[in-house]
Amino acid sequence: MANTILEMRSITKEFPGVKALDNVNLKVEQGEIHALIGENGAGKSTLMNVLSGTYPAGSYSGEIYYEGKLCQFKNQRDSEALGIVIIHQELALIPLLSIGENMFLGNEIRNKFGYIDWNKTFHEAERHMKQVGLNESAQTLIKDIGTGKQQLVEIAKAFSKDVKLLILDEPTSSLNDEDAKMLLDLLIEFKKNGLTSIIITHKLNEIIYCADKATIIRDGSTIETLVKGVDEFSEDRIIKGMVGRSMEDRYPAREHKVQDEISMEVRNWTVHHPLYHEKVVDDNVSFHVKKGEVVGFSGLQGAGRTELAMSIFGRSYGSGISGEVYINGEKVNLRTPEEAIHHGLAYVTEDRKTNGLILDESIRFNTTLARMDKVCRGGIIDVDKEIQVAEEMKEEMGTKAPSIEQRIGNLSGGNQQKALLGKWLFTEPDILIMDEPTRGIDVGAKYEIYCLINKMVSEGKSVVMISSELPELLGMCDRIYVMNEGRLLAEVNAADATQESIMGYIIHDTAAVS
Amino acid sequence: MNETLQKKSAGAQLVGFLTKYAMVIALVVVFALFAFLTDGRLLYAQNMSNLMLQNGYVLVMACGMLLCILTGGNIDLSIGSVICLVGGLAATMITGNGMNAVLTIVICLLVGLLVGIWQGYWIGYVRIPPFITTLGGMFIFRGLGRLVLDNKTVAVQDSTFLNIFTAYIKIPGLDDGDVAVSALVVGVIAAIYVIFRTVRNRASRAKMGYRQNSAASDYIKAGLIAAIILYYCFLLSQYRGISVMLVWVLAICLIYNFITAKTAFGRYFYAVGGNEKATQLSGINTNKIYFVAYANMGLLAGLCGLLNVARVGSVNGSTGTSFEMDAIGACFIGGASAYGGSGTVGGVVIGALLLGVINMGMSIMGIGDSWQYVVKGGVLLVAVIFDVVTSRKSGKGN
Repeated sequence: MANTILEMRSITKEFPGVKALDNVNLKVEQGEIHALIGENGAGKSTLMNVLSGTYPAGSYSGEIYYEGKLCQFKNQRDSEALGIVIIHQELALIPLLSIGENMFLGNEIRNKFGYIDWNKTFHEAERHMKQVGLNESAQTLIKDIGTGKQQLVEIAKAFSKDVKLLILDEPTSSLNDEDAKMLLDLLIEFKKNGLTSIIITHKLNEIIYCADKATIIRDGSTIETLVKGVDEFSEDRIIKGMVGRSMEDRYPAREHKVQDEISMEVRNWTVHHPLYHEKVVDDNVSFHVKKGEVVGFSGLQGAGRTELAMSIFGRSYGSGISGEVYINGEKVNLRTPEEAIHHGLAYVTEDRKTNGLILDESIRFNTTLARMDKVCRGGIIDVDKEIQVAEEMKEEMGTKAPSIEQRIGNLSGGNQQKALLGKWLFTEPDILIMDEPTRGIDVGAKYEIYCLINKMVSEGKSVVMISSELPELLGMCDRIYVMNEGRLLAEVNAADATQESIMGYIIHDTAAVS
Repeated sequence: MNETLQKKSAGAQLVGFLTKYAMVIALVVVFALFAFLTDGRLLYAQNMSNLMLQNGYVLVMACGMLLCILTGGNIDLSIGSVICLVGGLAATMITGNGMNAVLTIVICLLVGLLVGIWQGYWIGYVRIPPFITTLGGMFIFRGLGRLVLDNKTVAVQDSTFLNIFTAYIKIPGLDDGDVAVSALVVGVIAAIYVIFRTVRNRASRAKMGYRQNSAASDYIKAGLIAAIILYYCFLLSQYRGISVMLVWVLAICLIYNFITAKTAFGRYFYAVGGNEKATQLSGINTNKIYFVAYANMGLLAGLCGLLNVARVGSVNGSTGTSFEMDAIGACFIGGASAYGGSGTVGGVVIGALLLGVINMGMSIMGIGDSWQYVVKGGVLLVAVIFDVVTSRKSGKGN
């Protein structure tokens, strides 16, 4: 095989009171795509921060050999000088600056007088953008391009730094399937030119698709490295390594007990963009959900699913909304989230950090926020009661935290999601709209969320599940609606559908429109 | 990532204690320092009584300002001007037109509330940035105040009006002698209440099986508070007793402490400051929260205008200039976050008293205004730096 570009030996990194990494070894060959897998909190990001110098040499023990030489990076600049570039999960781009300005931020091209040479900047930017197949002007503002393209800008930025080892931390977590596949294909393309990549992801199908090797980390230790073509390289095999047990079924079994009664029906729902009023985001969408039913919404990003959900949930999105909502057969007019909540509707956001939780506050504070009246008498908070209900909800959700007074921002993604779900269950909803309920959380936590969903429908509640992961929809739903570009394309029974058939609707529609 | 519950060592506990009570400790240290530097003159009954009266308006303003700051570090720059406008109105109505004192007070408070509603509307419902709205208000109301005063200094001598704000409580038969016994009685009752509440609270927690602080820490805390109340009331009894102004100020502080700590409505201010979008999606009308914060600020600014004119005895065109800065300073020294979402009335009271003690101590020592500004600014900066650095260490607000 080719020569080793990177070897990390016995890396141990401790934070006060916890060993984040314990004797981790990682060996990456020149020109391969190496996947790093593990549950949330397993230590993947910590390891990459050690490598990039974010945690400087001396703050950890162990050795890093890069291209055969022992390296002791003091900061990120040191590692970038050698061609190691890390792209973080949360993109570090400034929305109101142009692509070119973002790419050379902190690394500006200067002329001999020391001023920024804008002509050269934009020229260089566009050269690197071409490398990643991004056909935009370098003067376009970041806010005007989609997340998929923003991700490409980050990669182009890496190229502008002469990247040799590219590290991507969950690059596809905010991309739809199509954009994600394009990105992975791009990595495979770069590999042919000798670029080495390390990719951190939760999406196992992506690993199977593009990675040559997969190193599994669990609880701060390396468990094993699987090599494509040598070891068994399947999703089940990887899951087994991640959780230390094989997960027989990724989706818990559920008795399908859909009742005949329709709990919510939406008719001819049309929503316009909040700022560009002429742009139609949802076009005449009608759907219904029955008691005890899980209904899925499939589609690419920008299909209008989140917008549909939020506009129904008390007009939290959009302008020029028209259409009718019936809850338990009765026509309702939900003008504010408050009215929606009182009609038994809950919307569990896809973006728990921005739209869901108050990160600086405790689990207790967050749990009761949407229904303070339940723990109040005459507007005065009954703290004892609040503690009690928050404890109960924490127990029921299986949220792992030292106490309900824990700052919610300090919890892992999976536990934040459980706490968020607890907050909405506390409102005693009959209909839960769950938007990407398992985004960015690990396999174990996903399974627990699925169990909670099953429990809710078994109690006769209705669940509307928006998800970009088709296997999840197929595994969990009774019926699936397929959306594209704001329109409802199809309604299918989950039992009869396959990933291919659903993608088929979308691809054909997109092709027909364009 | 780190969710392991750590057993706290004695050292860590001490650090935790020092961080939590940093401002209380700072207040005690500064107080002791000035008591020493002034050869104990700071502790004279008259000075201690005046400490609360001189800073009463700061406390009242700061309670309102806290609500504004909670919503996201937003401040109200117009308070000083509103104080001038309302004070000016009160003075001209009473002195110029001989209007009834009570009616004047009601009208003035309404004017304050109207000012607040005006600003709250733009901030809450039209989403004009508070800084700009209240900067505009600062000019507008200063100008209106001068128009009302016709650029003159107007004095107030109406005894009914003054008594409502500045009289000392005299209960016939009780306070006839040199010592105001009523102050002692109030002190004893308050001290007993503090102890009683601690005991009752512990008992109910024990009954429900909730987690308790250690008995020692609860009782020491209650004991200290009771002792301070007793001592302060003793000092008051030596110098004219309890002032009506003090009652006003304490009532405002207690009401706002109750609202922010115990009511759902108060909690929404913290929620909006923590994450407005999430709060909105939780079914809370966030526009209304902003609106109420500023409407309420206007009302309290109006009250301050009255307190101020009653205490000073006159109003002119520059009355109240930069008063809002004292309120803002008190909030931030008292631990309110400049980004919103955290801060307590208790903290704000400590912050205001810290500023007040510095002012008074330096005045007694005969140190001029200029140096007082330098020291106050320094204290504000140090307090916030301390807050930011310690909260960063504890992993909050990365």
